[in-house]
Amino acid sequence: MIHFLQVYGMQLIDKTGQHLYISAAALILGIIVAVPLGILLTRMKHGANAVITLAGVLQTIPAMALLAMMIPIFGIGSTPAIVALFIYSLLPILRNTYLGMEGVSPAVRDAAKGMGMTWWQSMIRAEIPLAAPVIMSGIRLSATYVIAWATLASYIGAGGLGDFIFNGLNLYRSDLILGGSIPVILLALLVDYLLGKLENTVTPRQLR
Amino acid sequence: MLLSMEHLRKEYPNGKIAVDDFNLEVDRGEFISFIGTSGSGKTTTMRMINRMLHQTSGTIKIDGKDISKMDPVKLRRSIGYVIQNIGLMPHMTIQENIEIVPKLLGWSKEKRAEQAKKMIDLAQLPAEMLNRYPGELSGGQQQRIGVVRALAADQEIILMDEPFGALDPITRESLQDLVKHLQEDLGKTFIFVTHDMDEALHLSTRVVIMSHGKQVQVDTPENILRHPADEFVTNLIGEERLIRAQPNILSVSQIMLKNPAAITPEKTLDDAIDLMHERRVDTLLVTDTDGVLQGYVDLDDINRITDATTPVSRFTNKEVFYVQANALIGDTVDRILKQGVKNVPVVDAKKHLVGIVTRTALVDIVYDALRGAPASDEQPASPINADIHAAATHEGGESSQ
Repeated sequence: MIHFLQVYGMQLIDKTGQHLYISAAALILGIIVAVPLGILLTRMKHGANAVITLAGVLQTIPAMALLAMMIPIFGIGSTPAIVALFIYSLLPILRNTYLGMEGVSPAVRDAAKGMGMTWWQSMIRAEIPLAAPVIMSGIRLSATYVIAWATLASYIGAGGLGDFIFNGLNLYRSDLILGGSIPVILLALLVDYLLGKLENTVTPRQLR
Repeated sequence: MLLSMEHLRKEYPNGKIAVDDFNLEVDRGEFISFIGTSGSGKTTTMRMINRMLHQTSGTIKIDGKDISKMDPVKLRRSIGYVIQNIGLMPHMTIQENIEIVPKLLGWSKEKRAEQAKKMIDLAQLPAEMLNRYPGELSGGQQQRIGVVRALAADQEIILMDEPFGALDPITRESLQDLVKHLQEDLGKTFIFVTHDMDEALHLSTRVVIMSHGKQVQVDTPENILRHPADEFVTNLIGEERLIRAQPNILSVSQIMLKNPAAITPEKTLDDAIDLMHERRVDTLLVTDTDGVLQGYVDLDDINRITDATTPVSRFTNKEVFYVQANALIGDTVDRILKQGVKNVPVVDAKKHLVGIVTRTALVDIVYDALRGAPASDEQPASPINADIHAAATHEGGESSQ
């Protein structure tokens, strides 16, 4: 193990950085798209199911196939990987945002509007804070998925910890496979833990 | 006129008419209750006042200004709003909740904090509660906050949609006292939707009774109890309540016996005895020729006089206790009963004798009010029939004298 770190230490840090970059970019894009979309869906009674089903269908496309499909559009490298992972991150965030917003008590919404909050004020001050715990757990779930799947991104030349694993598979080197897998697992656990902390912070004291 | 609603109509796209030709003028400081069965349009009407719903036709004016031309957000900030499910923000402290509208209006932090303190005092809750969350308060305490929150920005009109429906009777009563205090002492105007008739009658200056989107009756609680517009109103009020309310809504003239035995002062003792015999009574009321009550003569007094030609004026007892015809029974019954007299003459505003109330009839009214039901099934419950009932009892009582 010490030997492994001595030989691959620098490379490991480098690959972990790439891995984090791809995952974070995909996740942030996912949040930017899925959270507003989820909120929007609660405002349109029809179509919500259709959109969530569509996101579910995208989720079922095999990861390898999706990555391969990205090559003709975005070429190789980190961009197609980020786009593919972004698509995967959508569903949990979208669904949880939708459920979280739907779960806000109608009395709260009615009171907010009745007291003279604009639509935007009602969102920012009342509904999003109340839905935040549910939305956050969706983001947490997506983050774990994205970190795990980002290993496959090395297949289309995006780099990341997947490089170790693919090299290990090609060279029958179990130390490389483990050297790639263990950091991915640790990374996923760590991010999950940190986001869990964040989820706790955004949960209103009274709802904990 | 603070608030006026003219020809309001609300029709849903599916053709269902929720409110039909609703008209109401509300003065400053009034407490108006909308009451009716579910689906009567009472909540719909209320929600049009702060434009949570928009009427199909008709106008609502506040201080003469058509609200449909106002910015709905500004309008809502100027109107207090309290809903049944309390509607406190669970993620905000009590202080933050109270400060919502002041904050929306851009009040300074100091002014908001001062107002929050004032409001929690008004709610009769300890100031420490400002830092708590709604979930840490009881339902009654939460709704107290809900009520004062609606006043936090000095709103003049407060809309309340069945605000106490989910509370237990004791808590509900204390909250009713709170809103009554706000209306009477702070001069706030309340539009109050309820399905609880006791609540409506207890709190309101006027009650709007609604059925199927139409106003059935709009009047003071007293007048509604006295003259229910139709059978629907009678049923909504309930017979029990009508009977209980009798002392407070029936006037003396409604239970008095008309045409009492009376004599003028210049008549003689002989005439008086003849009249007593003829009417089978032991007391005669003495009136002058204009019918103004002068006093009474009693059989006991007559017995001591031997000269049959003595004029009535000589033995008239001038210290006579009487009641006004338009006085409410509830206000006079105590006085009458305490006097210990059998019969009380009833006079109009100019002291003309118009009738007589017997002790028996009064006791029956008091008894009904306490028991909440007539002594037997044959005795009718409505005030009009109570008239006959009282008169009948009077006849019975007299024959035994």
